[in-house]
Amino acid sequence: MQLKKPANKQAKSTNFTSISGKLTLATCTLLQVTGQTAQASDDWDIQSALMIYSESDGRVSAIEPIVSAKKEIAEDEIVNVKLVLDSLTGATPNGAHASSAVQTFTNPSGNKSYTVQPGDNPLDDTFLDTRVALSGSWEMPILDNRSRIIYGANVSKEFDYMSLGASATFMRDYNNRNTTLSYALGVNADSIDPSGGIPTPFANMRAAGSGTNREGSGDSKSITDFMFGVTQVISRKTLMQFNLGFSNTSGYMNDPYKVITVIDPLTGLPTSSFTDPDDLPYVYENRPDSRSRQTFYWKTVHHLTEDVINVSYRYYTDDWDVSSHTVDFHYRYELSDGAYLQPHIRYYTQSAAEFYTHSLDFGETVEYASADYRLGELTTTTLGLKYAMPMGDNSEFSVRAEMINQSSNTVGTLVGDQLVQELAPDLDAVIFQVGYSFRW
Amino acid sequence: MKAIITMLMLTLLLPACSLSPIQPWERDLLAKPSMALVPDEMDNALDEHIYFSKEGSLGGQGVGGGGCGCN
Repeated sequence: MQLKKPANKQAKSTNFTSISGKLTLATCTLLQVTGQTAQASDDWDIQSALMIYSESDGRVSAIEPIVSAKKEIAEDEIVNVKLVLDSLTGATPNGAHASSAVQTFTNPSGNKSYTVQPGDNPLDDTFLDTRVALSGSWEMPILDNRSRIIYGANVSKEFDYMSLGASATFMRDYNNRNTTLSYALGVNADSIDPSGGIPTPFANMRAAGSGTNREGSGDSKSITDFMFGVTQVISRKTLMQFNLGFSNTSGYMNDPYKVITVIDPLTGLPTSSFTDPDDLPYVYENRPDSRSRQTFYWKTVHHLTEDVINVSYRYYTDDWDVSSHTVDFHYRYELSDGAYLQPHIRYYTQSAAEFYTHSLDFGETVEYASADYRLGELTTTTLGLKYAMPMGDNSEFSVRAEMINQSSNTVGTLVGDQLVQELAPDLDAVIFQVGYSFRW
Repeated sequence: MKAIITMLMLTLLLPACSLSPIQPWERDLLAKPSMALVPDEMDNALDEHIYFSKEGSLGGQGVGGGGCGCN
């Protein structure tokens, strides 16, 4: 939905009910359009932010600076470039579950081991990564003044991962510009070269220095996305959007750093039945090499007397049997002089993938299995608050804090020691972010 | 899939609803930056990436975007 910015960014919600009021506003609108036609802005709109993300219990911490630059290079022709740096440290779950026994694991390169104490959630504390992501888009009119197209491209690089993507979104206005239909197509080609190579599915993690069960150095996957959207002006105060998304991924989708505990089916403890003592009781996961996803997304933006409500709902389902519901709610509470406070609530709940499991029994054979908690049954709750204030005519400073709680449920039948262990520990995280936008 | 087909039908029917069109001179509120579908692009991009790396779902708002080894 292409909506022109008002001349005054802090326009008040004056109710133009009288004929003279409407005429005044119509005149202003015409003048404003004329003014914008005459000039493409020489300035760049710069948005920047620094986010700090920190999980409890020494898990992942991230520092993420982001900067975006947007410019109208010609009438209704807008370019946008965005750069993100993502620096991560800390410990991440390796897929195995807590046990009453001391557990020893080998790091991905296969030359060092680490030990997890009884009752502790097994975490690989060698996690360290830096990601650089660059994306750009170019929006331009096409066919006539009711249609436009946005071309997008993105590249992202980590030490073991590379992603290249391109997209095109065609939008056309109908119904006196009260309805906009969108059609979007995106393709991505990703490649992974994990530390130590690609693990052989269901092969044992080997003791440090005894070799690694690997079947190659790298692999790849491709993603095709299609989206159809309708944006509808409902009233002078309400805007609504509906999107339907279809996505297909094919290729390597295992997490090469995740294992599954192989248990003694009577005791629930990591098995000691493997004949080779260098075969640790953990095997590498294996997921299907295709995934088909569908999403339905609804968003409504509603203007109250001064404040604005922005609420959305997403239904997601895929052929791995993961389905989820997401509700997101922002309330922009206007303060004086253009400043605002914005509480945020997000609730997310998902079902487990059909092959998600906490463990495998010794001797059990399955086609697919993963103990990655992100494919399990989980609920995420987020509470946040943002404060923003103008700093002069065209700049704004903001600060926000968010608290995230993620709670997981156990699935399947647990036995023996598993019944007294925390197999699905909660995760708490906080976000702190400062932002500054200006015209340059 | 049934749910998605039902929602597709609803989506296609929406523009056919007999809403009285909003005229250009009635767009004062809709034109405010706070009424944009995504008023906080930075926040949205950062949040989307966090939830993509911590949950099993993704998408809804658009197509493509940066892939990541985090999930």
